[in-house]
Amino acid sequence: MLPIVKATNLTKSYAKGIRALDNISISVDPGEVLVVMGPSGSGKSTLIRTFNGLETFDSGQLNVLGIPLGSNHNEERKIRRIRKRVGMVFQQFNLFPHLSILENITLAPIKVQKKKRDEAEHEALVLLTQMGIESHAQKYPSQLSGGEQQRVAIARALALKPELLLFDEPTSALDPERVNEVLDAMRRLAEQGMSMVVVTHEVNFAKEVGDKVLFMDSGKVIETSTPDIFFLDAKHQRSRKFLNQIKKK
Amino acid sequence: MKISYKEIIQALFALFLIILICVLINNISINLTRTGIGFSFNWLFRPASFALAEHPLPYSPSDSYAWALFMGWLNSLKVIIYSLLLATVIGVFIGLSRIGKNELLRVVSAGYITIIRQTPLLLQLMFWYFVAFLSLKETVLKPIGNLLSISNQGINFLGITLSAEFSSLLLGLSVFTSAYIAEVVRGGINSVDKGQWESFRSLGLNDFTGLYTIIIPQALPAILPGLTSQYLNLAKNSTLAIAVGYSDIYAINDTIINQTGRPIEGFIILLLSFLFLNLFISNGMEIINTMITSSKNN
Ligand SMILES: Nc1ncnc2c1ncn2[C@@H]1O[C@H](COP(=O)(O)OP(=O)(O)O)[C@@H](O)[C@H]1O
Ligand SMILES: [Mg+2]
Repeated sequence: MLPIVKATNLTKSYAKGIRALDNISISVDPGEVLVVMGPSGSGKSTLIRTFNGLETFDSGQLNVLGIPLGSNHNEERKIRRIRKRVGMVFQQFNLFPHLSILENITLAPIKVQKKKRDEAEHEALVLLTQMGIESHAQKYPSQLSGGEQQRVAIARALALKPELLLFDEPTSALDPERVNEVLDAMRRLAEQGMSMVVVTHEVNFAKEVGDKVLFMDSGKVIETSTPDIFFLDAKHQRSRKFLNQIKKK
Repeated sequence: MKISYKEIIQALFALFLIILICVLINNISINLTRTGIGFSFNWLFRPASFALAEHPLPYSPSDSYAWALFMGWLNSLKVIIYSLLLATVIGVFIGLSRIGKNELLRVVSAGYITIIRQTPLLLQLMFWYFVAFLSLKETVLKPIGNLLSISNQGINFLGITLSAEFSSLLLGLSVFTSAYIAEVVRGGINSVDKGQWESFRSLGLNDFTGLYTIIIPQALPAILPGLTSQYLNLAKNSTLAIAVGYSDIYAINDTIINQTGRPIEGFIILLLSFLFLNLFISNGMEIINTMITSSKNN
């Protein structure tokens, strides 16, 4: 089977000299959950943002859902095709504050897939029910807790029936008692066979849900291991040091 | 109903202003009686006996000064409303170009904003009138066939004729104000969190759809106050009409003061006209503002 994402020697610098991505090669198979870990500034966000074209890269190859992306910057069409099939969830939720929860979710199906409003709303309610927040459909984002907002964001990302979901530290902005409701929703998606790339420092989630852990530092892949190996017997000195640091917190 | 501390202060201040104005008027009228001119508005109903090049309603020199002033007020209103619309269209376009992806448009619009904001409006009006229109002499420009013709007589667009005076004032005010509106629009859009762009883009929306469904609705609260103040500036700047010979309220009032020798009454009328006009604009904007904020919250 073709990988969902295949990156080969991806390299990117924002400013001259500092590489946010340094020769990165990885692949994500269908149904796989890849957990990305690494210290702040190691390039995790930059990496997953190249997967849906929010960031460009300077050299290397990237193939997402069979669509090849080059390092030149004029691939608007291809990127839009990818975005229709890849959902993304952000650390800060980024819900649309002036739209109701229902409108947040139906926006893309109506504007991008040209679905009828009725149909889009019906599907949105199904998604909200899956996320356990159907009673909030008519509310506005500011009326919801962080955990509820993040579950709306997941429902919104699911509305286009994506084949890949990208999560950039989805629980880092949440109060500790709100973290699990979001992780549980993500766990259920993984169980349903969704392919996911998740940047997170939640060790238990990574152990239980992750198929592979990718550890990054200074824009480089330090190691890619199964969670069993990574958390018990990491190959690399830097990985072990990082794990000790997050255990202390 | 509770009356707050702030409202009492406001009421006291208003009272103070009214007293001040009454004292001023009293002083003026005492002085006027002493010099023998008196203070009266009776002249308003005497014939104006001057012709007007442009009048939206029937007018002849035998009509009263009051009617002539009203024509001036309508002429002002006309040029202000048209300029307001045109300035908004150009301003929004330039403002969006300024932040868009197209390198050429970005550079051109930045240049436009700089040049327009750094030359005096009076100079720009003179340019439009004397250079763009009057210098055409016998030439008639027809850039899009017979739909649009431009000559030293003004503009003819789809059968609608606009005098050279009106056209240069319209273009001068619109172009000048559009540069400021562009900055207001740009500032408003930049005030919206970058995450909103990433969010709609990752949902597969194109930038144009995202702009009008996600970004502009959130930028409007930041844009409207700035826009209102640009509209008020435009209205006040319209008095420069006199420089290109357009018969606005200010120009007509000027003629009347010369004829009647009643500058104080003339200026009172002028002040009231503009007060009325600008209250009209700011209330209109206030209504638009409430319409937008209330449609957002239900
Ligand atoms: N928009 C940007 N402009 C300039 N530098 C950036 C930008 N985004 C990230 N960087 C830099 O790139 C590196 C990787 O950042 P990022 O991908 O956000 O790391 P992480 O998500 O692992 O914290 C950091 O050194 C960061 O300072
Ligand atoms: Mg990050």
